Amino acid sequence: MSDAPPRPIALVIDDELEIRRFLRVSLNANGYDVHEVATGADGVTQAAMLRPEIIILDIGLPDISGLEVLLRLREWSRVPVIALSARHGESDKIAMLDAGANDYLTKPFSVGELMARIRAARRVTLPASEASSAQVGALRIDFAARAVTLNETPIKLTKTEYALLRMLAENLGKVLTHRQLLRGIWGPEYERETHYLRVYVGQLRKKIEADPDNPRYLVTESGVGYRLRGE
Amino acid sequence: MTLQDERPDPEALLAIANAEAAADALGSDGQPRRRPGRLKIFLGMCAGVGKTYTMLQDARARSAEGVDVLIGYVETHGRPDTEALLEGLQSLPRKQAPYRGVIVREFDLDAALARLPALIVVDELPHSNAPGSRHPKRYQDVLELLEAGIDVHTALNVQHLESRADAVAQITGVPVRETVPDTILERADEIELIDLSPDELLKRLAEGKVYLGEGRASAAANSFFRKGNLNALREMALRVTAERVDKQMRDYMRAKRISGPWKSTDRLMVAVNDSALSERLVRHARRLAYTLDAPWLAVHVETAAARGERERGGVERNLALARELGAEVVSTTDDDIARGLLRVAQQHNVSQIVVGRPRESALRRFLGGGTLVARLIDLSSKIDVHVVGGEDLGHAPTPRPIVQFHSTPAAYTQALGIMLLVVMIGFGVFVGLDLDYQVMGLVFLFTVLLLSLRFARGPVLAATALSALGLDLLFIQPYLSLSIQQLSDFVLFGLYFGIAVVVGVLTTRLRNTALLLRQREAQVVASFEFASDMSGAVKLEDVCRVATERLSALFDAPVQILLPDINRQLHVALGQAGPAAGALAEDRELGVATWAFEHARPAGKQTDTLPTAIAQHMPMLTSNGAVGVISIGLKDRLSTQQADLLRALVSQAALAVEREQLDEASKQRSVIEEAERLSKTLLSLISHELRTPITAITGAASSLTEPDVDGDPAARLALHESIQSSAARLNQLIENLLDMTRLESGTLKLNADWTDVSDLIRTVRERVAGDLAEHEFIVDLEPGLPLVRMDVVLMEQVLNNLLRNAALYTPKGTRVRLRAQREGDELVLAVMDRGPGIPIEELPRAFEKFRRGEAGASTGLGLGLSICKGLVEAHRGSIAADNRSGGGLRVVIRLPIDPMPKVPEGRDE
Repeated sequence: MSDAPPRPIALVIDDELEIRRFLRVSLNANGYDVHEVATGADGVTQAAMLRPEIIILDIGLPDISGLEVLLRLREWSRVPVIALSARHGESDKIAMLDAGANDYLTKPFSVGELMARIRAARRVTLPASEASSAQVGALRIDFAARAVTLNETPIKLTKTEYALLRMLAENLGKVLTHRQLLRGIWGPEYERETHYLRVYVGQLRKKIEADPDNPRYLVTESGVGYRLRGE
Repeated sequence: MTLQDERPDPEALLAIANAEAAADALGSDGQPRRRPGRLKIFLGMCAGVGKTYTMLQDARARSAEGVDVLIGYVETHGRPDTEALLEGLQSLPRKQAPYRGVIVREFDLDAALARLPALIVVDELPHSNAPGSRHPKRYQDVLELLEAGIDVHTALNVQHLESRADAVAQITGVPVRETVPDTILERADEIELIDLSPDELLKRLAEGKVYLGEGRASAAANSFFRKGNLNALREMALRVTAERVDKQMRDYMRAKRISGPWKSTDRLMVAVNDSALSERLVRHARRLAYTLDAPWLAVHVETAAARGERERGGVERNLALARELGAEVVSTTDDDIARGLLRVAQQHNVSQIVVGRPRESALRRFLGGGTLVARLIDLSSKIDVHVVGGEDLGHAPTPRPIVQFHSTPAAYTQALGIMLLVVMIGFGVFVGLDLDYQVMGLVFLFTVLLLSLRFARGPVLAATALSALGLDLLFIQPYLSLSIQQLSDFVLFGLYFGIAVVVGVLTTRLRNTALLLRQREAQVVASFEFASDMSGAVKLEDVCRVATERLSALFDAPVQILLPDINRQLHVALGQAGPAAGALAEDRELGVATWAFEHARPAGKQTDTLPTAIAQHMPMLTSNGAVGVISIGLKDRLSTQQADLLRALVSQAALAVEREQLDEASKQRSVIEEAERLSKTLLSLISHELRTPITAITGAASSLTEPDVDGDPAARLALHESIQSSAARLNQLIENLLDMTRLESGTLKLNADWTDVSDLIRTVRERVAGDLAEHEFIVDLEPGLPLVRMDVVLMEQVLNNLLRNAALYTPKGTRVRLRAQREGDELVLAVMDRGPGIPIEELPRAFEKFRRGEAGASTGLGLGLSICKGLVEAHRGSIAADNRSGGGLRVVIRLPIDPMPKVPEGRDE
């Protein structure tokens, strides 16, 4: 056992004892070494000392807000962060994602969901731009050739459709907010024109999805944004 | 039967007195002083009988008993034996008030109130305070002390009693300037008569033991202290005391229902006019009323005869005296005084009338149909009439001039000018046409008649005299001479002059009557309009605004309404017409207003309290006390009628303000009650709804720790599922509560965004898949639906609620359908099931709070549908439920489809 590789470290920042306990049990069972803190300030300190592989961050903390913790973390670290939020907290979720959170989960959530998000978040931290292509199920995006194929069949995309798909593929598995997508593809002055996004997502789905009404790859995160599902 | 039955049983009286004394002893000490203070008056016949001395002895005795005694104000006049009594008693320092360059040392009322002793001694009750003091008279200071719950001992000479003052003046020849109203005697809880025989007093006087003042006052005093005078004063003092004892006895017996004299049903009325006699009448009536223990009225009948300022002032003075002596004051208008008096008498159920002996001339008596007294007696069958002599008045009544010169000189000039013109033209015509002079007489008569329609009595009489002169000089032979030779001419001229005077006088009187009636009518109209405005105003601000506007216009004075806050501090009320005149807003005026409010009595200008104030401050009184104060910056004194009107209007305003205050309070109460009812329902439902899943979770979780269960995979799975579904139910419950709260509190913020309907439908389908696993769940999504602006998260919540309801209330295996389609400019979302539907009578209330279907599981708060309604309506949409033809419920949501802005295509190839 002593020569086994060190277990990855997960840092849980949440003021609720029961949530921490449940996360500790679940993450332990999934092979993580879990450290818990109850305040945002402790969270920032522990993140610097422990250098965790993943941080689970509650948005509502007693001392400083989850957003504040995230902003301080992002000054020096690209550690994947998954935010925990209450329902109806769409604006909080978006703010967290815009500030650099890798993903979010709405309370209550299941352990299965949590582990899937953690896996996706840890994978994304590899710099996507260095990869030459992305493969999602039957969908393959070749960044170098600017070519997209579905089941080996080439698909013709417009410039905007391709830009949208490429941005999502570069952040495979990660939620991109409407604002992030609109800024990235159309520019900062278009960040409120969400209907652009709806129209192009609709067009894109018709081309890459077998059933556009029940998309497998390009999924909607209600009220928040879109995600290209990685698995 | 015999006397035995009617006379009080002394034993019974004694028993009651003892019981009362015991009750007093129990209740008096140790309790917070909220009862009014007790007043003890040491009554004497004149100065020098030893009132101050006795009073101080009494105070010492009380102090020795442990009572907190304070000497508020005592004048020892340097007598050593009296001064000795002051030793050891705490004395209040006197207030220094500057008055006409001299420092006057006065009783310090505010310091006394602040000190709040149990008993205070204040000498010289009739004293007049220095101008600028809070009250003009010391007895008013005493009343305020009593109101504050302080017992007061004070001293009074009988000559200073309002009702005895003129009698004393008549007996002694020394006018009494400082008086106190008799009511203070009634207010007294105890009166101690300090009696001394005149011989004894004269002896003390000779020994120099009586303070007589300095210089001239001393000389006057010497003429005052004569044995005859002293005997009369002593009798008066004894009688006053006896009257009081008698009355107390009757009150006591009545209060205790001891058989004895029945309650007096008498009601007195005194007729008041401007004469000095009326003042005596008023005092007489007051004495009579006191002895009879009857309420009394003072009535003034205003006749059509025009009155000057002086007469009006006299009437007001007499009425004010009557009011001060405790009368109800009534002012009415009638051409016939006797008729007016009797009308008021009948309206007020008066049994006795006090009038003065008539001073009318024989002619007036004849013209008026007899003397006032005779007519009163003729007309009143059941009412007793007292006639009080008016001959031996100390000063003669002011004679009323026959002609009242209160018309302007311009009016005289005009009337005389017109008459002169008529006489001159008449002369021209007379000479030219050779007319009979009798005709000219009629022409002049007609002119006099016309003039009297326009002018008052004075100018008309002047014009009449001119015309008579003209007639005699120019038309009756010999011309240009005042003499008349023919007897018939003489008779004619005499008749002419007589008729002209009578016609002129009668017409003016008619005109005056009309004028008075118009004034009355104007007041009635003002009062009526005010009342209807008050009832029309629906908010407190409106009431205040309308009241200030109206009052300000009616009395041509700045008006301000002050209302108390929770701490009973007065503030200018909201909604007033304009910025109140600066003077009204001053601290000093506010202080006066506060006094008026706290004591529920008018204060300020033209009142007894702080009359040097700029404004009059009238408390707005209702049956529940003062609700506020109306301050009115009067420029001139109000006439009796105006003052009556002002009082009436203020009381109307008070009622309106009270009404609005009560209304607001009841509104607040009903809002609170509704909220309480809702929260009670909610709490009972929530406690039930929360407990059920929590019980399931706790039970399942504890079972999982049992070794038997742990070893059985099937059982474990079942328990896990139970935990999960209960948790999901809890979660749904909380979400609904949150949504409800946000809807109710109005903090719901719609995060509307362009939404792909298929995204919405898909998310909903995923979320309810578990709930509908045992139903046949079908989704109809019309292809090619446009983007719709909505808060997708909230709309998901709506559809979740509807679909979960369907899962809950319909049998397993039945079909549940979710359909999304476009109808014109609307997106139509429908949730249909094949369950029992909703009874037709319940349908209209299906979307109300806390309503849930009878059938199916008793779960959910019944909040689901009401939340759906709230959320859909927040989207400018509509929601409706009906029963389907083949059975089952259909809920249809309609959302508007807005035209979508263009999406640029330019960059695409």
